[in-house]
Amino acid sequence: MYSEKVMDHFMNPRNVGEIENADGVGQVGNPKCGDIMKMYLKIENGIIQDAKFKTFGCGAAVATSSMATELVKGKTIEEALKITNKAVAEALDGLPPVKMHCSNLAEEAIKAAIEDYKIGRAHV
Amino acid sequence: MGNRFIYLDHAATTAVKPEVLEEMLPYFTEKYGNPSSIYSIGRESRKAIDEARDRVAAALGAKSNEIFFTGSGTEADNWAIKGIAYTNRKKGKHIITTAIEHHAVLHTCQYLESDGFEVTYLPVDKDGLVSPEQVREAIRPDTILISVMFANNEIGTIQPIAEIGKIAREKGVYFHTDAVQAVGNIPINVDELNVDLLSLSAHKFYGPKGVGALYIRKGTKINSFIHGGAQERGRRASTEAVANIVGLGKAIEIATANIDEYNKKLIALRDRTIDEVMSKIPYVRLNGHREKRLPGNVNFSFEFIEGESLLLMLDMKGIAASSGSACTSGSLDPSHVLLAIGLPHEIAHGSLRITFGEENTQEDVDQLMEVLPDIVSRLREMSPLYEAVRKGV
Repeated sequence: MYSEKVMDHFMNPRNVGEIENADGVGQVGNPKCGDIMKMYLKIENGIIQDAKFKTFGCGAAVATSSMATELVKGKTIEEALKITNKAVAEALDGLPPVKMHCSNLAEEAIKAAIEDYKIGRAHV
Repeated sequence: MGNRFIYLDHAATTAVKPEVLEEMLPYFTEKYGNPSSIYSIGRESRKAIDEARDRVAAALGAKSNEIFFTGSGTEADNWAIKGIAYTNRKKGKHIITTAIEHHAVLHTCQYLESDGFEVTYLPVDKDGLVSPEQVREAIRPDTILISVMFANNEIGTIQPIAEIGKIAREKGVYFHTDAVQAVGNIPINVDELNVDLLSLSAHKFYGPKGVGALYIRKGTKINSFIHGGAQERGRRASTEAVANIVGLGKAIEIATANIDEYNKKLIALRDRTIDEVMSKIPYVRLNGHREKRLPGNVNFSFEFIEGESLLLMLDMKGIAASSGSACTSGSLDPSHVLLAIGLPHEIAHGSLRITFGEENTQEDVDQLMEVLPDIVSRLREMSPLYEAVRKGV
């Protein structure tokens, strides 16, 4: 039911882990629904230098987390904010219809991490 | 070790045994007669069905004219519940069942609720058990049916069917049991258990898919389920699936004859798996009753991880198993059974069901234990929930 790309990103997820002293950290989802995504961003001069994630969830949740971190790396904050759930799903050659909500989570995680960065900056 | 395919999902379905297939095959080709036809090849088919009926009756301690073939276990459940409900609705409109039934029973009861019936869904304890006293207390003057599953398909817990049957008989209420997971695994005698209706399905005990049966105790007031010809004495019209019925008969005969030996083998695999997983993997719980459970059933919850991920990784290692995770069912909620035994959502999402069968060996458990601890720790390393717990400690 999953594309080869989804399976690849599930079995060999890119950027798993944490970033110490990350500039932005966003956590979305909740354990009740069976999906939690936590994204860490390292941001310098408005550009995302590094991204890592930790995810509790199904194969699609892990794969979309992995793909989302790949997509944001090297992008400006403005560009990263424009990444949609659809773009994440398309980059994985599609997701089964029942799994599309997992890609929403990826989009929300990016936004939450950037939001956290902005709040942090505002307080500096 | 390579990726030898290991099937650990016998509660989902089983392979047809060669001896069963062999008996079935002629009824697809040379013995194709319609059992309702009077000439020789028709009579031959009729005889084959009668023999299958005798075999099912013998396996359950029933009489042959109390066995009705259906298209599946689900159909048998539908017939039993809707049949009793509509045939006896003048007597009452109350049905008692449990919160952990298979959807074939639960959704049928929910349908009846939408048509004016009242259903009590009995809760279960932490092991998934219903107490006979709960059943007794739920009975009302207008109760017409009690339906309690024999053994649970997810957590394997075996219910006190004989005790519930005794109460139902005392109170004069019809008693149905969905025994789809039990037949072929647990010795069953419908008279000793005071069961009035019992559903079973062939593909759970090495018979073919697409055939089941409903036992209906003589004298039970229940209308026909499918109207049409005179098949199944007019109770369930449709030209009989002769080959499938023959397969069901052969499979139940083999299963019943070998039940003690089969149980002993499965219990050894089950208990070793439980002991090893519980001792080698932290933050794990066994779901279902430790002793009162199906011989081949193991069900764990691994905290901080999600079941579908676990299944995908096991599959990559050649191991086929099952989970009560939402993601494997297409809904957002995890299994109603795991929630009913009191598991929080996040723990219910991390369940793994392993069901052993005929072809499994101790080497299969070796291989499972070689990969499972690593998979669990790999997924935990990836989990923000585990990270939180580790940092909290």
